[in-house]
This record gives sequence, structure tokens and C-alpha cells, in this order.
Amino acid sequence: MAGEDRRLAGGATFIDFQTEPSRYRHWKLAVDGEVATLTMDVDENGGLHEGYLLKLNSYDLGVDIELADAVQRLRFEHPQVKVVVLRSAKNRVFCAGANIRMLAGSTHAHKVNFCKFTNETRNGMEDSSENSGQRFITVVNGSAAGGGYELALATDHIILADDGSSAVALPEVPLLAVLPGTGGLTRVVDKRKVRRDHADFFCTIEEGVKGKRAVAWRLVDEIAPNSKLEGKIAERAKEFAAGSKRNGDGKGVALTPIERIIGGAGLRYGFVSVDIDRTARIATVSIKAPEAAPPAAIDAVLAQGAAFWPLQVARELDDAILHLRANEPETAMLVFKSHGDAAHVLACDAVLEANKSHWLVNEIRHYWKRVLKRIDVTSRTLVTLVEPGSCFAGTLAELVFAADRSYMLIGTRQGDNRPPPAIELSTMNFGPYPMSHGLTRLQARFQADPADLERARARIGDALDAEAAEALGLVTFALDDIDWDDEIRVFFEERASFSPDSLTGMEANLRFVGPETMESKIFARLTAWQNWIFQRPNAVGEEGALRRYGSGQKPKFDMTRV
Amino acid sequence: MNMNIMNVDYSTKIPNNVNLAEDRQVLKALEGWHPGYIDWWQDMGPEGFQQSLVYLRTAYSVDPRGWAKFDYVRMPDYRWGILLAPQEENRVVPFGRHYGEPAWQEVPGEYRAMLRRLIVIQGDTEPASVEQQRHLGKTAPSLYDMRNLFQVNVEEGRHLWAMVYLLQKYFGRDGREEADELLRRRSGDADAPRMLGAFNEATPDWLSFFMFTYFTDRDGKMQLHSLAQSGFDPLSRTCRFMLTEEAHHMFVGETGITRVVQRTCDAMRAAGITDPTDIARVRALGVIDLPTIQKKLNLHYTLSLDLFGSEVSTNAANAFNAGLKGRYHETQIEDDHRLESSTYPVLKLVNGEIKRVDEPALTALNMRLRDDYSQDCVKGLLRWNKVISTAGYEFQLKLPHVAFHRHIGEFKDAHATPDGILIDDATWTKRKDEWLPSASDGDFIASLMKPVSGIGEYAPWISPPKVGIDNKPGDFEYVKIET
Repeated sequence: MAGEDRRLAGGATFIDFQTEPSRYRHWKLAVDGEVATLTMDVDENGGLHEGYLLKLNSYDLGVDIELADAVQRLRFEHPQVKVVVLRSAKNRVFCAGANIRMLAGSTHAHKVNFCKFTNETRNGMEDSSENSGQRFITVVNGSAAGGGYELALATDHIILADDGSSAVALPEVPLLAVLPGTGGLTRVVDKRKVRRDHADFFCTIEEGVKGKRAVAWRLVDEIAPNSKLEGKIAERAKEFAAGSKRNGDGKGVALTPIERIIGGAGLRYGFVSVDIDRTARIATVSIKAPEAAPPAAIDAVLAQGAAFWPLQVARELDDAILHLRANEPETAMLVFKSHGDAAHVLACDAVLEANKSHWLVNEIRHYWKRVLKRIDVTSRTLVTLVEPGSCFAGTLAELVFAADRSYMLIGTRQGDNRPPPAIELSTMNFGPYPMSHGLTRLQARFQADPADLERARARIGDALDAEAAEALGLVTFALDDIDWDDEIRVFFEERASFSPDSLTGMEANLRFVGPETMESKIFARLTAWQNWIFQRPNAVGEEGALRRYGSGQKPKFDMTRV
Repeated sequence: MNMNIMNVDYSTKIPNNVNLAEDRQVLKALEGWHPGYIDWWQDMGPEGFQQSLVYLRTAYSVDPRGWAKFDYVRMPDYRWGILLAPQEENRVVPFGRHYGEPAWQEVPGEYRAMLRRLIVIQGDTEPASVEQQRHLGKTAPSLYDMRNLFQVNVEEGRHLWAMVYLLQKYFGRDGREEADELLRRRSGDADAPRMLGAFNEATPDWLSFFMFTYFTDRDGKMQLHSLAQSGFDPLSRTCRFMLTEEAHHMFVGETGITRVVQRTCDAMRAAGITDPTDIARVRALGVIDLPTIQKKLNLHYTLSLDLFGSEVSTNAANAFNAGLKGRYHETQIEDDHRLESSTYPVLKLVNGEIKRVDEPALTALNMRLRDDYSQDCVKGLLRWNKVISTAGYEFQLKLPHVAFHRHIGEFKDAHATPDGILIDDATWTKRKDEWLPSASDGDFIASLMKPVSGIGEYAPWISPPKVGIDNKPGDFEYVKIET
């Protein structure tokens, strides 16, 4: 089996998803008016783990954490930026893709998490372009291979230097016996509409395609000789800026450091907390409603900035999910709970709805959408418990619909004087937070009969008790106090006893009901194909391609077609 | 070995010993490429002198006992041809995982891309040196040297033909496209530079030219030797014949530097100078002082070391394992020729110290070839130092340490002195002009570069050769400039 647990570099004890530009080791972010330039300059010695060098702008999870941070900050901190130019500071190489030695020596779980996160980052770039009007232009000056080209594929426009050697390539099949792991195959045919036979040729040659053929085959948008490259970039940046729908004005909102305490038993944020029970393999994620109603005026929202409840909770929840995925691999279940005044949560939703054309509110809504999507593709059993004192209303109710199972208490609990729990729907449950396959969680839930969706919509604003919620199909089971503890315990114990692999596959199959989009295809194919191939001896066996890469020895393949 | 293959067919537009007359497709492709080549030669070949009659050798056979004849030729009329060394019967792949299997006469599908890349990289260096040297004709120190320059140039042009033939014959449409790209890239061009760094550097003066032909062409020799071992027989045969020509280029470098050193020593003795490091006094004599020659040597040797690539290299390992690129004198090495379990010591930077570390031999092939190269370089130094000691001076030219002035490989991020002592950035910035030619050194050398074109005359900073070319004397009219 490939990969033993590697040690994190620099004595780190966990993978941290928080960073900010002054701490970047691999990227430089420069903003000049409407145009930002994001320059990749990977520090060879800056690997997240020990045991490999990040040569030729190859990347690992650490490099991608910085990229994700930069993309996120551009949206929140730089409302005036309409165009992001992505380029390399290295001579003759744009990006060599994911570091092969890192992959060869990683546990399978780390590889999957790594691929998942890098996919989310690239989807995030496309989301930024589509929904925030921050258009991405990639300048490929040198070679863009594998993940390097996939990074370019996630942008709106690719300019390739026409110097006789700069090329784009997806060499995974001929070189490594695996597949491109960040949507390369899907984007080549679905997004860029490269003809499938051209794509077949392209994906089987190590050295890739350059110059005129790269344009003719739609692999890049245009080529430019080096002497005209800077002029071309400036021209395109201007053009894209003029066509951008971004309407940000004034100052951005600083994404100040998230305050958190990370301990053995869990994580504590301002509104989010995570309690980890390693014996039961359960992480309980609790979200607290705001103490007071949010400000109604947009200026006051801007003044609150990162402390505005919806934004703060999104950031905390995002970090918690990422932390659990990367650092708590044996946790089987994420159990969502909530506490506080549902009226305040709904008041926040009202602010998000009333000001949805404001750039900041637009960003917060899309951020919540992405956080919820991140939860959807998390390979842990998702459970939501709706108990007295909870506030699963509007945006937070999405956690009920994202869950593989949800349980709601009927009435009250003995010795607890809080009123029975309620679920309350808002307009946020009917549009702004689509899943990766384009449906809202309620649409996906009610595939059998669209009338169910309308019945739910008719109840917007009503506090729905357990029986009403169960009748509307909003929760899996409504249980009374007598059954609650035992049912929940038995469910947890049973779930924890199943094979984690089959659960991952089963849950992913059941969560994404209905149609596919390019985004959902990317995740689906990653899960099904790439992860399978990544496990096979032809890739990771002692004589497999990943293991033999760099040794000069050819891999030995089992030639049976499966 | 039949005579048709030994002798060159001049009946087609492109002289060859590969039976082009009956290989219509390839002949057509080469004839299609020919006008572009001539355009390139006019644009990027030697500046001026294109109508001069140059006393050049042209290959008429590939028999090593007598393969060239000399005559006056106008360079654009030179018969650039396709010449392969004779085919060895029953040749086998001499190394790698296919060791002992019959050598390939056609490209093996699984290695097509790798093989094409090797040929393109080699091919790219050939026209590059012509481009780098194109201005030198007008400052030639003698007709003899001018002829040597042009001989080197036309033969590098022929080496381009050799690589283009392989691309067009064996690599289909991609090969034809690559052949066109070889003419499109230009040394030092911002839009389409040559592929390797050293081939984008200028060759500003004749001392640089001699250093280039001694050190950089010697890298070419090592690369050709490794490719001459190739299991792909047409490549092996092509490179074997190229090596026959390449020897002259290194001869031009070695004797050129010898003559510069000789002239400097003679001038110092005549002037009664006892300290060869008294640079101002030596320069006042109009000759190049030995410390400056050492600096030029430092520069060209280290740029050439960079051409070997990273010491530990996957590409080199893959090419060896595949049987495409072997080691220097592979067939004379006594080992298993597979290198799957042996190691080779590699100089590395480990925690701020230069250390010898054993690496898998397969991945350390660039290091090994570079070591062979460094050994090969030493011969010329012995000769030059003999000239200096015979003249009675205690001064020795030395090869700098491999950690000095490197841009590729283990030492690219470190600074070291020519003796291999690691130093910090500040020290390097302060002292680098002691070790590498400075702008003022360049200005001084440039000031000496005055053309000398009288028959039998030589510039005052270089001695005449001991013997001429083709047994002709030094005062032979090697180039008829006005015709």
C-alpha cells in the first residue's frame, strides 16, 4: 500500500487551512486598480509535509491553501478588482501540477482530501468569475502540465506564449498511469469543448500541445509571442474588466484572522464549536445564533465586516469542516446541532435577501453556497439533530436538508423546560444555495413529486414542529422523548460499524439526486474513477507508475482491462 | 558495408548516403525544408562573406580513413548533406531494459515522444551556435581563423540537417513541425529563444569563440557520444558521423586558446615582464593577460556544465532505461549496462555543505556524463599550462569547482568561489569580478578585436598556427574575400 503517514514540516501538529498574504510562501498577490495579479512562485522547500521538494512550481495542499485564500480575499477584500491575472514567476514553467513524490508518498486518504480541496478551489475560481464578475486570465509562459493545465482550465481565458516550447499537457495517463485529478478531462471536453478525438490524442502525449494547434484544438484561447505577451495581457485585462458585472465600490471587508482554540477534544470558534468523541467516532458541530438581531442597514453590515454573523459563521464552519476532513480521518459522522434564537437567524436571512444586489451580500450568499457544497461532498455521514433550543431556520435549515439523516424531537424532553423544537423555512431554502448539480437541497429532496416543494414553499415563515416537518418530508424521523436517546444511540453505533468505503460510495450516490452539471461530474468522476485508479497496483504498486516515477525504470502493468 | 553507403550520392539536390533518391517522401520533405534553411542561413548565418570563396572541407564519404575533400566554396553553395556512419551488422541495444535486443531500425511507439525530444534538443543547439557566432567574421584575427570559423559554422549547419533528416524520416507530421520550429527559434530571441541557456548567450569576441568551441562544443561531443550509443540505430549512426566532424571544432578551440596563451607569454618575455598577474603592464602590450583568460575559462566552463542538466535527473534515467541515450563509451564499460541496483556518487549541497552522496546510478547519469566531460576538459589545460611553464612563468590555468557560478542543478541557489568554498550573497557580489569577466575586461578584449585579412598575417594578440589546414601553410589564402 502506498503511503505511510508523513510528518508535517516545521513541527506542525495539524494541517491549518488559515493563512493570509503576508504568510504566503508560494504566491504573490498584487492589486493594481481593477486588475489583480496572482503570481505562482512555489518555494521548493516549502512543502506541507517532509520528504519532497516542490520543484518546478509543483504544488501540494499547502500551496493550494494559499491559492484558495487569495481567491477568497480577492472577493471580499478587493471589491474593485474585476480581473485576476494568474501567472508564474518561474522561468519556462507555468506549473508542473501536483507534486508526484508528494502523491506517491501520501496516504490514500490524504490524496483524496487533497484532490477534493483543489477541486473546490478551482470551482471557487469559476464561481468567482460567474457570480462575482472577477474574471480570470491565465498566462502560460512555459509548460503547464497536469494540474498546472487544470488550473488554467478553471480560468476564463488562457494565453499561451508562442515561443516554440511553451505547451499545455495532461500527461497523467502516459506518465503516471492515473487520471488528471482536478477536473482536467471534464473541463477539456465539457467546458472548452475540445473534440473528443483531439482530447484523446492530447491526453496520451506527455509533451502536450503548443502554438497554433493548441488554439485550433481549443486547448487555449490565444497565443502570443513573448515580445507581445505583456501587451496582450494588458489588452485582455482591460477588455475583461470592461465586460465584468462586478459592481463593488468603496472599501473591501478585511477577512481578519478567525479566532479559534484547537484542543484535543475539539475546536472552539466564536459561534461554531466542534466536540470530537474519538471512541464513538463522532464530531458534533454546533452553531450558535447571533445574540441580537443583525443591523438592517447595509452600511452597518459593512461596518461589522467579518463579524457580521452570516459571514463569521460561514468562515468558522468552513474552517471546521476542512479541519475535520484533513485532521480527523477516523471520524465517521458529523452531527450538526444549533442553539439560539431562530428569529435572529431569520433576521440575518432577511438582510441577505433585501440587499442581495450589494456586492458584499452577494459575496456572503455565494460563500454560504460554497460552504454548504463543501459539506455535501464531505465523505462522512452527515446527521442533523433538531432538538429543543435549536435554531434550524432559513440558512441553517440547509444543514437539515444536507444531512444523510435528520432526526427531530417531538415535543419537549423531560426535565428540559425549553419549548419543542421547530424548523422554519425562508426564501434562502428555495434558490440561493444550489448544490453542485444545480438543484437546491429541497428540489433534490422532492424529486418524486415537485408538488412537495410547493407545499413546503407555502409554509415559509411558519414555525414547523416535528410532526409538521415530518409530514412535509423535511426530516427523516420525528421521535418523541421516550424513543429519542435509544434510537439515536443505535443509529450511531450501527453507522460506525459499517465499512467507511462503502458508506462513502453509498452516500455520494444518494446525495446527488437528479441531473448533473460539469461541477458535479468532476466530483463524481473523481470519486469513482480517479480514486479507483489511484488505488490500483498499476499506479501505486511497488512496480506501479507512481512508485517508479523518477527512478528511470518503467512501470510494470497488469494488462487486464477491467 | 557496401560502397553505395560509404560514398555520398550527389545526384540529388541533397547529398546523402541514405538512398534519398529512392525515398521520395523524405526527399520531398527535405526539399520542402531546404528553402527555409537557406533563408535562415542568409538571415542568421555568418554576417557578410557570403560571396567569399572559403577553403572548406566537404564530406564525400563516411569512411573514417578519408571522408572529406577541400576546395574553395561560397558558403550558401555548400553541399549540406545527410550522412550516416555505416550500419553495423547485428547491432544490439547496448544498455537499459532492452539490453541485448536487436537495435531498432524504426522508432518504437512507446518511446516516440522521448526520442523526438532528445533529437529536438540536440538539433536546437546546432543552428544556435551559428547564430551566436554570426558577427565574428568581421573581426577575424586572420584568414586562417576566419576559415575555421566558417568551417565550424557550415558543419553545425550540416548537423542541423542530420537531426532534421531523422525528424522528417521517422516522426511524421510532428517531426516536420519540429523541423520548422528549429528554424523559427533564434539564439537570444525574446519571442522564440533556443531551448538551452548557454545557447542564448552572446559570443562577443574571438576568445569567447575559442572557449565556446573548446568547452561548449565538448558538451556537444559528450551528448553525441551518448546518443551514438542509442538503441535507435539511425540516431546512433547519425551521431557517430557527426563526431567525426565535431573533433575539428574542438581542435579549433584548443589550438586557438593555445595560440592566445603562446602570444601572451611571448610578449611578456619580450617585454621582460616577470609577473603575469601585472595586468596593466601585460595589457599595455596589446595581448590578453593570463588572469583574464582564466576568467573567460571560468565563465565558459560553468555555462557548459549547466548544459548537462540536473545532476539527478528523471529524464536521463528514463532515456537510459529505454535504451535511447547511453553513457560515454557505454560499450567499453564493464558492468550490467542496466544500472537497476548500482549507485553513483553525486556532489550535493547538504545542510549548507558540499557533500558526496550516493544516488541510484540510473538517476545520476547526467552527473556521470559531466564527470567524464570534466576529465576530458583537463587535456587542453595541460597543453596550455605547458606553454606557460615553458615560457618560464609560474601561473596555472585551472578548471573551477563545479559549485562555482551555476544556474542549473544542485548548486544553483548557492554561491561558491572557484575553489569550491561556499560564500554568501554579499561576498559573491563583491568578488565575482575577480572570477568572471567584468564589463571592463570585455571592453579590453573588444578593443583588440581588429580584423586582419592580409594573407599570412595574424592579429597581434594571437600566434600563427604551427601548421595550417589540409597541410597548407599559415600564409595560404584560406578565404578569398573579394571575388
